[in-house]
Amino acid sequence: MFDSLSGKLQNTFRNLRGLGKISETNVSDALRDVRMALLEADVNFKVARDFIERVKAKSIGAEVVQSIQPGQQIVKIIHDELVELLGSTNAALNLVANPSCILMVGLHGSGKTTSSGKLARLIQKQGRQPLLVAADVYRPAAMDQLETLGKQLDLPTFVKRGEKDVLRIAREALDFAKANNRNTIIFDTAGRLQIDEPLVQELVRLRDLVKPQEVLLVLDAATGQEAVNVATHFDQALSITGSILTKLDGDARGGAALSMKAVTGKPIKFAGVGEKLDEFEPFHPERMATRILGMGDVVSLVEKAAEAVDVEDAKRLEEKMRKGEFTLEDFLEQLRQMKKLGPLESIVKMLPGGSEALQGQDLSKQEKEFKHMEAMICGMTPKERKSPQILNAKRRIRIAKGSGVSVTELNTMLNKFAQMQQMMKKMGKFQKMMARMGGGMPGMLRQK
Amino acid sequence: MGLFAKFKAGLARTHDRLTHEIKRIVTRSPKLTAESLEELEAALIAADLGMAVTQQILDAVKRAYESQGTTGHEVFAIARTEVEKNLSSNRAALVQVASGPCVVSIVGVNGTGKTTTSAKLAHLVQSRGQTALLAACDTFRAAAIEQLKLWGARLKVEVIAGAYGADPAAVAHDAVTAAQARKANYLFIDTAGRLHTKHNLMQELHKLHRVIGRQLPGAPHEVLLVLDGSTGMNALNQAREFNKAVPLTGLIVTKLDGTSKGGMVVAIQKELGLPIKFIGLGEQPDDLQPFDAKQFAHALFEVQPA
Repeated sequence: MFDSLSGKLQNTFRNLRGLGKISETNVSDALRDVRMALLEADVNFKVARDFIERVKAKSIGAEVVQSIQPGQQIVKIIHDELVELLGSTNAALNLVANPSCILMVGLHGSGKTTSSGKLARLIQKQGRQPLLVAADVYRPAAMDQLETLGKQLDLPTFVKRGEKDVLRIAREALDFAKANNRNTIIFDTAGRLQIDEPLVQELVRLRDLVKPQEVLLVLDAATGQEAVNVATHFDQALSITGSILTKLDGDARGGAALSMKAVTGKPIKFAGVGEKLDEFEPFHPERMATRILGMGDVVSLVEKAAEAVDVEDAKRLEEKMRKGEFTLEDFLEQLRQMKKLGPLESIVKMLPGGSEALQGQDLSKQEKEFKHMEAMICGMTPKERKSPQILNAKRRIRIAKGSGVSVTELNTMLNKFAQMQQMMKKMGKFQKMMARMGGGMPGMLRQK
Repeated sequence: MGLFAKFKAGLARTHDRLTHEIKRIVTRSPKLTAESLEELEAALIAADLGMAVTQQILDAVKRAYESQGTTGHEVFAIARTEVEKNLSSNRAALVQVASGPCVVSIVGVNGTGKTTTSAKLAHLVQSRGQTALLAACDTFRAAAIEQLKLWGARLKVEVIAGAYGADPAAVAHDAVTAAQARKANYLFIDTAGRLHTKHNLMQELHKLHRVIGRQLPGAPHEVLLVLDGSTGMNALNQAREFNKAVPLTGLIVTKLDGTSKGGMVVAIQKELGLPIKFIGLGEQPDDLQPFDAKQFAHALFEVQPA
């Protein structure tokens, strides 16, 4: 519904274009849309209200009135304001002391154990010697999980099965770290409700014992209005130093990030963006702001493409295209790479305004066609793929039968491919020509 | 503790807050003003009911006030009726199958509590004097299999498992065979957590269901989506996408023992019409309670005797 906030705001302001003036009421109208967008993105309603007030103060001014596209202008103000709120100058970990301790805390299932593993990997890359400590004494097999992650990362894990006393585990872990020269100790604690006083007190005691440099709150990006309570309680009890936002590879808008930052003022330090241990990155306020506002996520799209497409392969393909040596084999490869990006629908949705463009469109048809193309090419012998001109009637019938299409469909595909090949050849020549011209021009100018 | 008592105790915190909020709004300013409406709106949004449902309740309150005038407690009644209207009224229990094992697939995004819920369901079936089997089909997450095995040992329920990295569909296949051989009444399949946006992983789930469906016609008889009670509006996306990939038969909302409201299920029911079958209220095996729409709405909006 609010997939394109900027589009919506553009509409609100369309009628005002000629007036050249925006009154306070007009801005309020627009900001109501913004408020809805924020609430739909799970930003806490109090945080949203404060935020709107701030934007309102900034919007009613010459800046907006004089701009040609007031809608765009307001979106920019909102976006910048969001970035400022989300952003932080001090997002790096404070790991100067030896040893340094990091406490991972949060609700059940927010991703503490996985994030511990990811963090350990990152810290090791920075040249420190991390030790993972399994301090979750409640969830079955939580210790096994951390130990497995440790093994995958080739890092030591301190595990004491059967021990129910977190403080004893911590003391022994500290000794272990000293004996084994580990200078960064990550405590993976059990998930707990922020209102479960006995369990929160257990964390307080653990904190007082190990005196951590960092207490990181791990928060699921899909958390709802509750994020404010969770963040406030954990911060009050433990004075957290920052947070980690997890499961950002999903499509949650992540308003919880804003709520949390607004009520605690503590920086969001990292983002979990996948199930694998290297899918962990510093937090980008810029991207988060775009995401909360639902303005399309071109950066993610580019990243997704980069992930699916091997750079070397891409270069090779490009070269082939330029030289006009693009074969059916290469075409198949391309089709498959596109498939790796996921369904077309989700790709288009990432583009600004994509969701609107999609309305009433059936992309699954297009997708089916790709599938058929793939099947047809797969039904050919390697020789046929390299030189399709050898495809006589008999071969064509065989391929059509093998891939479950009619010969006509196969012919259409082959014709399309031939056209494509022609185009590429032309493009290649054109590019070469342009390059020559581009190279010549400055020289000519200099001669003058 | 009786069922109802337990249910209410679990929701008490949620309920206290909401009741308190509404009561405060109502007693201080019984007249329907823009301000009091705004406060009511805030309380409803805070319960993660979502904008659409909140608007629906607000409209209902406005309409009611126009026709009935102002009496303090009306707000609760109106809100309750509205929530109830959105939640299906029929009490949803686990499906029963005449012969052979009833296969229940437990699906959801990461960290919602699928493994714990699977174990709790097995416990529930056992406590009814029926037999259950657990299938550890999360072959991806570290120690997921151990986690389910520990639950199995605790509850004395057999767990069918494969190796890490194995095809979950193969494990499910073995589990169905085992369930048939042992004449178990129920087989609970604990699948790996997956974000609904991951196309490949959703396909994997689809395949798992296809495989067991071929082996045992009608299976899986139940596909239950586990939702974290603290999730916001993204829960709707989750339900939508999972339902698209593997048609769901119901929902389970977990972690409702905190202050989380789980209000997003109202929006989900409204759109997809999926019954909420159980709610999770804690970490113990019997902390899984059948969902009752009337009780849920009642517990949320009931006026507590002071």
